[in-house]
Formats: sequence, C-alpha cells, structure tokens
Amino acid sequence: MSYLVPPGLYVIGEPTPADPVVVTANYKMSYDIVRRELAGRNAWLLVLETHGINVWCAAGKGTFGTGETVRRVQSTRLAEVVNHRLLPLPILGAAGVSAREVRSRTGFAVRFATIRARDLPEFLDNGMITTPAMQELTFTLAERLILTPIEMVAALKSSIPIIIILLLLGGIAEGGPSLAARPVIAYFGALMAGAFAAPLLLPWLPTRSFAIKGAFAGLVWALVWHALNGEDGSASATAASFLLLPAVASFLALNFTGSTPFTSRAGVKKEIRLALPVMAVALLLGTTLWVMGRFFPA
Amino acid sequence: MKGFEYLRNVATLKLDRDTCIGCGMCAQVCPHQVFAIEGKKSRIIERDVCMECGACALNCPVHAIAVDSGVGCASGMINEWLANLKILKNGAGGCS
Repeated sequence: MSYLVPPGLYVIGEPTPADPVVVTANYKMSYDIVRRELAGRNAWLLVLETHGINVWCAAGKGTFGTGETVRRVQSTRLAEVVNHRLLPLPILGAAGVSAREVRSRTGFAVRFATIRARDLPEFLDNGMITTPAMQELTFTLAERLILTPIEMVAALKSSIPIIIILLLLGGIAEGGPSLAARPVIAYFGALMAGAFAAPLLLPWLPTRSFAIKGAFAGLVWALVWHALNGEDGSASATAASFLLLPAVASFLALNFTGSTPFTSRAGVKKEIRLALPVMAVALLLGTTLWVMGRFFPA
Repeated sequence: MKGFEYLRNVATLKLDRDTCIGCGMCAQVCPHQVFAIEGKKSRIIERDVCMECGACALNCPVHAIAVDSGVGCASGMINEWLANLKILKNGAGGCS
C-alpha cells in the first residue's frame, strides 16, 4: 500500500483562475482529508513533496519548507494558473515555511490558515480570516486513542527479544515451564500500562513528566498483578516486579512524547537526562533480584 | 491548548522586545498562543506551553525571536544519541 500522492497541482471541483489555492503534504491521509473537507467546492490543491510525511512532522524536518513551497509554486506555474497571489498554508507548516521568503521569491502571499483541514471551508468562506478556535490545538481522548495502536505495535516489535529472554529466565526463575509464561504476562501488562493506559489517561496521571506518569501507571499495574496472583512469589521476586514493571511502562510513556502536540525538545531532553539513568538502575537491580531470588531463596 | 502542560522553566524561547516591530506574525503562527501583541510589541505570555517548534523565529521579519527548535520526541532523541555514540566509536576505531 502506498501512502504517497505525487506532488503537484490538483483540482477540487472545477476551479477557475479566481478560485483559492490550498496547500498540503503528499501524505495520502493529509491529501484525502483536505479533499474530503473541500468536497463540493472549487479549489486548487497544491501538494508538496514531503515524502509521504504529514505536514507537522515534515515541517519539523524542513521538507514541508520554504524551498519546497517555492519549488512547487514554480514547477506547477501556479502564477499562470491563478489570477490572485494568495497561498493559504496549514498553521502547523509554519515551523518549516518562512512566509516572507516565499513571498519575495514567488510573489505569493502566504496566509497561515488553520490547524485542521476541517476548518478550511469556514476559513475560505469568511474571507480568509483565522479565528482563535482555528488556531488552537486539541488532544482529546479520541485523538489520543487513535494513536495508541501504533505505540503498542512499535512496543511489541521491539519486545520480541525481551519476551524470549523472559521465557528463558522465567523457566529458571519461576521454577519450570508451567510458570514460565507468567513474567511474559506481567511484562505485557506493563507494556499496556505504558503504551495504552498512559497515553489515554495522560491529563489525569500525576506530574507533568511523562516518565513519572508512565512509572505511576506501571506501579498501578504491579499492584493489580500482585492482587491477582496473591502471595505466591518470593519476596525478592515481588520487589523485582515493583522495579521492573514501572520501569518498562515509564520508558514507553516517555516515548509517547513524540506523538503529542505539546512536548518541547528542552523538556524531553531534561526527562531523558533524569529518567533514563533511573530506569537503567531499576532494570538492573530488578533483574538481579528476580534471578537471584530464585537461586538463593530467602 | 487546554488541559495539557509540559515541564516548567525549560523552554529556550527568547524575545527581544527592543527589536520587535509588533507585526504579529509570531502570534499568528504559534499553535499554543504563547505570544500576545500589547502596545505595538509582542510579549511572551505563556512561555511554559512553548513546544519549541520554531515557527515564530522562522517567521519573525526582524529576527527578534530565538529558540533552540526541534521536535520533542524521546525515541527520536535516544536514537540520535545512539547514532552519535556509534559514530564516536567508529571514529575512535579509525584513530587507533
């Protein structure tokens, strides 16, 4: 399946030279959404080459940028196609596009229009005026929910070696193959705590730190796990689980920073610097406790 | 953006009000309403919600805004860091 649309100038309806031009990325989903929102209208759609990446991420990388905007306006001869010089761009493209440079190089006046394609019809109907609501980001429960499958699949993919190690160690530490699956189930729960529960419950988990939010979700899972299993493990195995499960969930929640629209580079840098060493110590100490507890039971 | 706040006192955003000409471009491009135009000058009203995307600095016509822009993504930054380590290791190998 291809997520790319060839860059260039497209028509929506039957546009005349006086009709507006809107700009988007050549990620198929971006293209489809803009087309859907403008269905029934006449407009030109200028699609930039962002290598199949959405507007926001491409603006961050600079592919949805000044150079590509200028290049695409020129290669499509937009100035000959339309008789106006207005170029509404998505607001989230502003991180890559300098409006004044596009204007000086192409003659087109960039208007940073709306964040969502959904607001484009209203923007166009109201004489290209951006209302405060069109400029405000949201991150609703539904918006977070649709991101979680990617988080879970990515976490599962990198989990394969961990699951193999857990099965092998579990066979030794938990005393035989019948109990070997238990650490894997505990791990899977921590994965769900970090990659599913933490993103969904984001605003309600304590502190502003994603690492702490994740550790909290992992801790709750560790408590649930022990409540379900009763007091059948050794003390060191129990202690180990309270170190390992929050560490896994914390790491995965920290990774979710990249999927949110409000985390800063400086903030993530600070979290990595403070939280990663703590996770590493918890991981080392937890694994040692768990394996040693089996060989040298208290 | 309501209901979401990231770490306080870390954003690298700086605005030089003496250079600012009050054109309002920063307020137009900011997806988090960090700026307000007051008395023909821009002012940072919510520094802590800045996500350092860099749109304001790029679009400021008089270069009155500075920000260490980038993407706030932990896995990206960890991968970057690992890649750098690898380069350093290879570099050291080449030297010896």
